[in-house]
Order: sequence, then structure tokens, then C-alpha cells
Amino acid sequence: MKYLSEYRNLEATKNYLDLIAKKVTQPWKIMEICGGQTHGLVRNGILDLLPPEVQMIHGPGCPVCVTPLSLIDKAIELLEQGVIVCSFGDMIRVPGSKKSLLEAKADGGDLRILYSPLEAVNIAKNNPEKEVVFFAVGFETTAPANALSVLHAQKEGVKNYSILVSHVLVPPAMEAILDDEFCDLDAFLGAGHVCAIMGFEEYHPLAEKYEIPIIITGFEPLDLVHGIYMAVCQLEEGKKMVENQYARAVKEEGNISAKKVIHQVFEVGNREWRGIGEIPNSGYKVREEFVAFDAETKFNIENIKVPESSECIAGEILRGIKKPKQCPAFGKACNPSSPLGAPMVSSEGACAAYYHFSNNEI
Amino acid sequence: MIEYSTINLGHGSGGLMTRDLLDEIIFKAFSNPYLDKKHDGSIVKIDGEIAISTDSFVISPIFFKGGNIGELAVNGTVNDVAMCGAQPQYLSLAFIVEEGMKVVDFLKVVNSIKETADTCGVQIITGDTKVVERGKGDQIFINTTGFGKVHPKGHIAADNIKIGDKIIVNGYIAQHGMAIMSQREGLQFESTIESDSTNLNFLANDLIEKFGKNIHLYRDATRGGLAAVLTEIASDINCGVTIRENDLPLDTQVAAACEILGLDPLYVANEGVFIAIVDAAVADEVVAMMQKDAKGQNAVCIGEITSEHPKKVVMTSGIGGKRVVSPMIGEQLPRIC
Repeated sequence: MKYLSEYRNLEATKNYLDLIAKKVTQPWKIMEICGGQTHGLVRNGILDLLPPEVQMIHGPGCPVCVTPLSLIDKAIELLEQGVIVCSFGDMIRVPGSKKSLLEAKADGGDLRILYSPLEAVNIAKNNPEKEVVFFAVGFETTAPANALSVLHAQKEGVKNYSILVSHVLVPPAMEAILDDEFCDLDAFLGAGHVCAIMGFEEYHPLAEKYEIPIIITGFEPLDLVHGIYMAVCQLEEGKKMVENQYARAVKEEGNISAKKVIHQVFEVGNREWRGIGEIPNSGYKVREEFVAFDAETKFNIENIKVPESSECIAGEILRGIKKPKQCPAFGKACNPSSPLGAPMVSSEGACAAYYHFSNNEI
Repeated sequence: MIEYSTINLGHGSGGLMTRDLLDEIIFKAFSNPYLDKKHDGSIVKIDGEIAISTDSFVISPIFFKGGNIGELAVNGTVNDVAMCGAQPQYLSLAFIVEEGMKVVDFLKVVNSIKETADTCGVQIITGDTKVVERGKGDQIFINTTGFGKVHPKGHIAADNIKIGDKIIVNGYIAQHGMAIMSQREGLQFESTIESDSTNLNFLANDLIEKFGKNIHLYRDATRGGLAAVLTEIASDINCGVTIRENDLPLDTQVAAACEILGLDPLYVANEGVFIAIVDAAVADEVVAMMQKDAKGQNAVCIGEITSEHPKKVVMTSGIGGKRVVSPMIGEQLPRIC
């Protein structure tokens, strides 16, 4: 199987689009949780190929977008203290309360863009006189690698390494969205990569409690239209269960060894979501026995708090209540060169996806 | 005899050390009747219209798979002159060297410049060397300016573009950017991807010789990739640009690397890729002629100029959907997951 070409096959994708059009009899609102899926839908022009009855609502699954402003300010504070801060690429342009990490770098901060937190441990080893912090942002997907970097540093006796954690979890966010009084969703496309790590056992009680179909879905065009088709079938047939479209990557129980590493280093705790606020038990924090690797404690930056911008409606975008184009600032006061909020920065952010690929009607 | 192993501030002082560096390295490498006069500048003769282009090169790392900063500094400017429909003849060459650069590395760069200039058929006729304190440069920065005679049969200008014109690209895209990316700190991944850095002047001139004014526009797709040139062209004309994702020439290894790193190949830099916007009547012949040339073996028509969606680039995705291709804002940022 060629994963790049066959899941982007024109005929197969058209076939599912036809099946969706034949099956659908009434309007349905389906939320794709993951920003990667939003990106895939917009980039491939799928939204315009769906029948008008099927409306896709973009979910909160962009890790950059939900990272609270205060965390960015904390990372900037570390840069200003002379710490080497390592980060994934799309975090660096997100505005903090005064500036972004990229601007802090221009002001002299030592910021490194990495693909792997293990690389940050190497930087710490090579710079023993400096402190090195990895900005551990992300959903469950990136948690195993971040946890592993801590275990790695501990094993190697690297004492100048720590992580600034902003890990968030998908199921509590789905529950928060469903509990919202404005929520009128009919189905979810579950985040395929998150489930590749965590499995989907946790989703059965959600589907049951809220009587909503959840289709664990991949990211390629064929995955997306297949997942949407499965959701439409359930909705039209009155079913409300968890199904796995992304079976080539996701098992019911997930990746057991990855989960073990996560639970060794992290425990579940309350987390603040940008634009949404604090959600109970919705993120990871570093366990007590690894506190030496927790940058917030190590550098005493726990108390940095900042209010969110009043102009940005990221909260409503992330909860699927509004679409980017309904924001008065979209494409005007807020654009990728001077973003007001994170969804305009990350390539997975709904606002950026709309701006880049469909900023004006074709 | 070169008796030092690193370049220091003295080599930029203008004194004996500077003269020694010039005599032992620069004049030796680039010797030609113009440069040998060792004057402040050179006097040359070019008939007819002249195309001039300048560019600065600040790449890191300076040595990469498939090339180095020296080769890039020649090819980059030569190609910019060629994209004006001219045959480059002369180059100026200015170095800003960081104190502490190894002489062996400097020599490698200089020799590569000489070799590339010979391949391109251009002479280095004037130059400058400055040395800056350690920490104030990144080993070496190079600026080159190219001069060339405009081909009398050609007329390259965005004004020539008309509805129905075909957009042809000479070969695989995104090679250079991904080769550099694979060697940057923190992003290293195993690959055999090489930079596509090459000179396009002979191919570009041959096409004008054969097709004359039917070649409406040339642009080389360097920084910002194919997306940058196409969106710039679209904004300059009153028509729209359409391209087809499935027709973009992309090496499978580069496609896979872009996929892993979450980058869009349309925005990744090239150093040996250009687009030709040509009259539809000659498009097939242009593609066929390019394919016979080593620099255009993978040439293909990727789209056309249309009356629809003026000033916008729209790409038909592999599955038949449509999306607007927008200009890139800053650098492409690697994604979290």
C-alpha cells in the first residue's frame, strides 16, 4: 500500500463523496476534532465537494491554538533569563501578551526549533553551563516523546534539562464542547493520531452518554471522506456508537508502551485552554517524583498570569460555535502576519487554514 | 604560499594581509584580463540592451548535499539574469567573511565559484572582501551582481501574458529546501536528497533562440518556492493562474520528507527550477525541447492562465477539490504533530 498516493486517489474519494450524497437526507453537523483534519479538509478542497446538508464544524484540536497566553509568556520569561528554549516550529509565531517567541529570539533569546524533544536533551548535554527547556506542547500525540525525553535525561544524569508542560487531552475537551449550551453537534470525527497513542476505549462512554456517533478518522482525503460517510450512515440510521475508520493505525487499546511512558512521567490534572478556560482533568502535569524536570517549578514561573485578548473570538472558534469568517477581525485586524490569536498562526488552526486556502471565494 | 589557517580581521584591513589574501587566493582563482588589471573596477563592452541583477547569499550550512554557498552565489545571480531573457557575461563578487573562518573552507568556496562561473560562461570582473568580527557573520556571506546581454529575439515581461498561456516548470520542485532542511541542527534526517542548484542560462537562452517572443515570461522559483512566483505573477496581471496538484513534478523522496516534516512542497525553495509562461501554440514543443536538455528532463506543463479568479492562484487538488494558493507569510513552520 502506498500511503501517499492511494489515500489521495481521485476515483476512490469521488466514490465516497457520491455515497455520502446518496445517503444524506437531512442536514447534519459533524465536528472534526483535530486541526490536522481541518487542514486536510480545507487544503484538499473537500468542504466544497460535500453535499450542502453535511456541514463540517472545526474543533479545538490544534495544540498551538489551545495553549494559553500565560504559557507563552512563561517561555518568553525563560528566554529572557538566558535559558535555551527549544520548541516545535509552529509555536514560535504565536503572540504572547507582549510578543511572540520569534520576537523574543530577535531580542537576543536563544530559541531553537526542533522536531524531537530528545534533541533538546542533547543540546542540554552539549551546553552543561546553560539551562535548557523544551516547550512541551501538544495533545496525547506528543506526550510520549516528551515523557521519554525526561526519562532519557534522568537516565543520563542531565540535570540542566526540564520541560515547560502544556499537554491537553482530547476526551475532556469533547465533553466540555458537548456540555456547552450552544452545542448542536450531531457527530464527531475522532482524532486519529491521538487515538493511535491512547486507543479509543474512553470514547464508548462519551458516545453513550451524549448519544452521539464518534468515528475515529485519519487525515488523508480518502480517510476524511470515508469517516464522514461512516458518520452520515450512523446518523441516517439512528446509530450512536464509536467506529474506527483509521484501523491501519489505531487499535482499541492504543499503543500500550507509549501509554506506559506517559503515565510514568505525567499525571492527569486541570488545565487552562486558550479561549475556553480551565477544564477539569483535561491535561497532564509532571508527577511529583520528576519535579526536578518541571520548568515551572524549577524557574519559579508558576504565577505568571495574563488575560486573553478581547478582540479574538478563538474560544468560540475552538468550540465550533463560530466559523473564522464570522469573526469581524478575520483577514483584517487579524491575519497571519499579525495574528490576534493562535488559530491564525498554526497551520492546523482553523483561521489560518481558511485564510491560506480559501481566504476569498474562488 | 598561504601561511595562515584561519581568516582574521587583518585580512580585511586593506594592508599587506589583505593584499596577500587577494594575490594568493582571489586573483589566482579568477585570473582574467579584466581582473588582472587590479583596478578599483573594470571597463567592459556589452552591445545592445543589458540585464543586471544582484543577490546576496547567507545560507547555513554553507556546505550542503549537492552544493555550497559559492556555487549558489554564481548560479543564483546567473539565473536571475537569464530570467530577464539575457545571456550573463560578467559577475561582481563581494565576500563578507567572519573572523575565524577556516582558510580551507574559504578556498573550497572560492574554487567552487570559479568552477561554476566557468560552467556558466561568466567572468568575475570586480569584487570586494571584508572581514567582520567573530559573531557578526555566519562564516561567510556573498553578494554577486550579474551583467548580460538581452537576447534580441526575446521579450520577457509580465505584460506579454495572455489568457490561455501555458505554465511550464523545468523539473522536480522542493529539492534544495529539503536538502538544506535535512542538514539543519535539530532537524537532521537520513536522506539522499541533493540540492538542485544549477545554472539555467543556456537552456533559457536556447528556448528564446527557438521560440522568440512566444516565451512570455521566465521566473526562477527560489525562496518561497513555486507558490511565491505564481502568486506574485497573479498579482501583477489581470488574469488568474490555475495549476494542477497532480502535475507538479515531485521526487518521491522529497514528497515523503515534506510529508514527514509537515511542509508544503509548493512553498519550499529551489535553486535550479524555473517556470516559463508560453503561448499555448508552442507549449508542447517547449516541453519537448526542455526534456531533451539535462536541466529540463522532468519538464512538464502544470497549468495555465485563465480569465477566471483574476489575481489569484487556484490549485485543483489531487482529489478534484479547489483551493487558493496564497503567498507565504514568513518561513514555513514545522508542525507539532
